[in-house]
Amino acid sequence: MITLPHFLTLGAILFCLSMVGIFLNRKNVIILLMSIELMLLAVNMNFVAFSRFLEDGSGQIFVFFILTVAAAEAAIGLAILVVLFRNRSTINVSDLTSLKG
Amino acid sequence: MNNFAIALPEIFMLVAACIVLVASLFVHENNRTTIYWASQATLVVTLILSFGQIGNEASTAFQGAYGLDAMSSVLKSWILLVAIGGFLYSRDYINERDIARGEYYVLGLFGVSGMMIMVSAVHMLTLYLGLELLALSLYAMVALNRSNSDASEAAMKYFVLGALASGMLLYGMSMIYGATGSLSLTTIHEILAGDSANSFGARFGLTFVIVGIAFKLGAVPFHMWVPDVYDGAPTSVALFIGTAPKIAAFAMIIRLLVDGLETLSVDWQLMLAILAALSMIVGNLLAIAQTNIKRMLAYSTISHVGFLLLGIISATPEGYSASMFYAITYAFTTLAAFGVLLALSRGGYEAVNLNDLSGLAKRNVLLAVVMMVAMVSLAGVPPMVGFYAKLVVLKAAVSADFIWLAIIGVAMSVIGAFYYLRIIKLMFFDEPLLPDTTAPSVDVSAGLAVNGAAVVVLGIFPGLIMAACVAAFA
Repeated sequence: MITLPHFLTLGAILFCLSMVGIFLNRKNVIILLMSIELMLLAVNMNFVAFSRFLEDGSGQIFVFFILTVAAAEAAIGLAILVVLFRNRSTINVSDLTSLKG
Repeated sequence: MNNFAIALPEIFMLVAACIVLVASLFVHENNRTTIYWASQATLVVTLILSFGQIGNEASTAFQGAYGLDAMSSVLKSWILLVAIGGFLYSRDYINERDIARGEYYVLGLFGVSGMMIMVSAVHMLTLYLGLELLALSLYAMVALNRSNSDASEAAMKYFVLGALASGMLLYGMSMIYGATGSLSLTTIHEILAGDSANSFGARFGLTFVIVGIAFKLGAVPFHMWVPDVYDGAPTSVALFIGTAPKIAAFAMIIRLLVDGLETLSVDWQLMLAILAALSMIVGNLLAIAQTNIKRMLAYSTISHVGFLLLGIISATPEGYSASMFYAITYAFTTLAAFGVLLALSRGGYEAVNLNDLSGLAKRNVLLAVVMMVAMVSLAGVPPMVGFYAKLVVLKAAVSADFIWLAIIGVAMSVIGAFYYLRIIKLMFFDEPLLPDTTAPSVDVSAGLAVNGAAVVVLGIFPGLIMAACVAAFA
């Protein structure tokens, strides 16, 4: 029997993976974007699991909206990435250091 | 019951923003001022609509997802006023540069609608959607200057950290939903106040929500993006980010922490107290070291976020209204400071370094006086409005027995006075290093004069705003 804690643990593991992806990644900005998507999916997992076990539909509605916003966010993120690549000819995270102080 | 009328300002704003968006595609490049005037007209009509709602009875619409109360209509009116000023000051700056012109106003309008939705949200879903509408518009605005490499780097940093903050906030919301079984903030409040509440899950969620809020506000230790974004973004966009969204962020804190999770106030008080103390210390100390005026204003924002949190930390209605006063007055004082910077960045010239302000009094008295008033107010010197704002939040912190926090606040505002007064010294006692720039147009000068006068007059008569702030939490 798969119970609520199983789903929450999976959600937490995905969430932690995405955090690690954002903070430890020094190479590629695209991996950052992937980690952000993963983070939102981890949240969706939580919402769906709670919604199922609380027998309340509103959590699943929330998931639809998160998916939509995630799509819009990916579009803007990739657009910024293209602009960045045009200006810098690199998308290495470790090269994003011209602003500091 | 569906009471659409309470969302009338937002509905009008969204429809008008879509019309302006389509119109901006067809208007000829040389005729772009039409878009400017259409955007200003949209903001003014929306301002009239939401000003008309002040004093209406509190009610909700859309199955309890959207609410109108004493706080929301006042904050919306201020957001709109600040946005009108922001568009006015930015106009000449973006006309001179080859930044996509129509897009700035269209994205600005969508951002303002996002802020208005945040202010009125009494449901976690509406709050999230309003927040994202604002955030997505701001990411695009930072990257608007496509050929500038610093702007695209700033946009990328802002995007990644902003998305991370949204993820944190959502994770917290999902935990709160799991603990209470509801997304409506009023229902969450009722359930947590009851005996059968599973408050552990809600506390766990609260921690993530606080991290998300701190990222969005730019409170230390989640402030890394603020200086980079202010520095890299075009000044007109830095103005937009640094003013009205602070009011919306204040509303978000009130909605989540007070309307929703007030029963957990013992938990969030301490978390916010640590954030506030660190923000005031780090913000003020690092601002001293800056030579770039936009970075200096960014660190100044961070320190003011600390002060803004002081009132909320007290967890009393007096404290909330003190913070509301602080958020509103901070927004229009910063608006004046950025307005002067934009007025100076004319004729192919960009005012970025502190030295660019030296001898300003000999070049343009009006700009120098407005900048002086803004700086003195941010430093918290009477009779400017910033003094009264600091006084009420410190009073709220003392009355809630956070005396150590109030002491840090006072000590740090003394240190902070140094870098604000340094600008006044540069403007009035140093020789001009630069030739005269083009004088700002008449409407911009008039706007700056009114803005500067408001900082002084509202400082002498703070009751004009404070009455509405007190009524919002009565």
